[in-house]
Amino acid sequence: MKQRSVNRNLLDRLLSSDKAISISVVLLGFLCGTLLVVAVGRNPSGMYSAMLQTLTGLDVTRGTWNIRYVGEWLNASLPLILCGLSMAFAARTGLFNIGAEGQYVVGLTAAQFVALFGPRIAGLHWLLALLAAAVAGGAWGGIVGWLKAKFSVSEVVATIMLNYVAFFASRWLTMLIPGTNTYRTPSFPSTARLSSPLISRLTNGSRLNLGLFVALLSCLVFWFIIEKTKLGFELRATGLNKDAARYAGINVTKGITSSMIIAGAFAGLAGAVVALGSFSYGRVLGGNDNYGFNGIAVALVGNNTAGGTMIAGLLFGMLASAQPLMQSRQIPKEVTWIISGLVVIFISLRAAFRIILDKRAKRRAAELKERSDE
Amino acid sequence: MNDLIRMIPSILMIVSPILISAVGGMICEKAGVVNIALEGLMGIGAFTAATVHVLIESSTPASVWIAILAGAAAGLVVSIIHAYASISLNANQVISGTGINLLSTGGTIFLAQVIFKMERTQPFKLGMMPGFAGIYPTAWIALAIVLLSWYLLYRRPFGLRLRACGEHPQAAASAGIDVRRMRYIAVLASGFLAGVAGACLVLTQTIQYTVNTINGAGFIALAAVSFGRWLPKGVAGASLLFGTAVALAIYMVNIESLRFLPSEFFSILPYIITLVTLVLFSGRDYAPRASGQPYERGGS
Repeated sequence: MKQRSVNRNLLDRLLSSDKAISISVVLLGFLCGTLLVVAVGRNPSGMYSAMLQTLTGLDVTRGTWNIRYVGEWLNASLPLILCGLSMAFAARTGLFNIGAEGQYVVGLTAAQFVALFGPRIAGLHWLLALLAAAVAGGAWGGIVGWLKAKFSVSEVVATIMLNYVAFFASRWLTMLIPGTNTYRTPSFPSTARLSSPLISRLTNGSRLNLGLFVALLSCLVFWFIIEKTKLGFELRATGLNKDAARYAGINVTKGITSSMIIAGAFAGLAGAVVALGSFSYGRVLGGNDNYGFNGIAVALVGNNTAGGTMIAGLLFGMLASAQPLMQSRQIPKEVTWIISGLVVIFISLRAAFRIILDKRAKRRAAELKERSDE
Repeated sequence: MNDLIRMIPSILMIVSPILISAVGGMICEKAGVVNIALEGLMGIGAFTAATVHVLIESSTPASVWIAILAGAAAGLVVSIIHAYASISLNANQVISGTGINLLSTGGTIFLAQVIFKMERTQPFKLGMMPGFAGIYPTAWIALAIVLLSWYLLYRRPFGLRLRACGEHPQAAASAGIDVRRMRYIAVLASGFLAGVAGACLVLTQTIQYTVNTINGAGFIALAAVSFGRWLPKGVAGASLLFGTAVALAIYMVNIESLRFLPSEFFSILPYIITLVTLVLFSGRDYAPRASGQPYERGGS
């Protein structure tokens, strides 16, 4: 009898723990991915050895070790972490920011412009470009917040629209730059690049760059604003119950706008980190980079916290970075996209856990009542 | 102007899939479920249709039509995920829609790699053939679907019940309507129509399915639903306008008087128009009131 109630409590605790659900959802995603690889007659060990090589640099098939893979993994994770923070910050205020993709594109474009036309002063140039990206991304997000607060335009529809506006506007503006062809601008001056010879040397020539510190600092800023400031408290209160927050004297309209500005700034920074860290020239975008959309998955798995988003960003960065290695091991690399998609779908099903919990609580109440009746 | 008239078949070719998909999105929202997975469902329909068509085109002349039905079936099956999550589990409708969109790109290209050993489907020899005046039959399919949706939603008791589920589900339930069943029907219908739309797109506009085949058409359809104020004739007009903008972006190089504009101008147009109208019409209740909200049975 005692044993049973302990088991039950453990299960209850697991079902109501966000962390446990995130972990099980990811495991379930990997399980489905593995089964799929087996189902199409490939050997799933190739998938896992590719992931191991991404995480540690160790190539078990050849017995070689190269730390460059670790650097590339971290580099691929940076924009995912930043876009995840963007989604997560808005979610804490009860907003669904599908617009990280557009804010990312706007940030990327702003960074590219400053990189090409800004003052070529070492140490200042890339800082200005980062700042411009954050401001541009923030403005792009802020429009959505303002429309939502002022005109109650759904942020879901507005962000989807602005994603495409950003994409086409970026192409248009970038192609106006002299010396630009259909896919690239002239090269950036070295003062604009985020690359660092030291980090590059430490990781055996990977593209990992100063963006690493941008991402880490952003996680800290996220945590600080949400947990330690009055603004963060108000935003969280708005997210939990808008009407109660308004009744408590919190300016909900202002909160929604500022939340989207901050969220947009994170995504804008992601654009700058990719533009100045991984590329030496400005791109005329031919398609979506999809960091913004994958950031949704990152934030959902990370339960909208700073630490969780960082870990989830590293996980999805690993999946993205392992793609070429998988392809070389005859594993269709799209299995990683399938895993991300499934993880998001499983998370949307987490509502089922709540239904189970409710049922169990009800049954327990009934049992207790029976016992007291006896 | 002559240029525009000559473009009519091309415009209709681009409008048709957008319109078919938008009607599905409209039905879905009318019943109270937002479906942002239209883009992904169109991709699944397009992939399935392209695959079926390329595999059987040499053996049967009805291959195109079988392919469209296969695409529709695939869209319907995948939309069950969205229906189950958002109706049976009361999950966040935007999250499950996003999940399907992510899954669609990965899943279709994965299957293409397995079936065709490349990141796209094998090109088919012959797509759908244009009929009278160079207009593809997809235009007539789209027209029929709009008229049928209007008739069902506004001239049949079924439509009244379905709309009630999106306006005030509790009231609908108290009048004896099975809200969850109605919403299931609506979501599956939108999955079916998105599948048809994807199939029509791939069979008329291109020769194979790639990761860029849909290229935002599903999101334009979503915009057309809002811009069309959730009404069949509005959605039809919006799709026509947006489709024309997309067509102009593609074919403007042939039009002397428009060449001074960048093609991105026309690509942006649908999204800007939708945003502006959303702001202009804000405060007035065009959207179904309970759209996007889970329906939980009261009491017990």
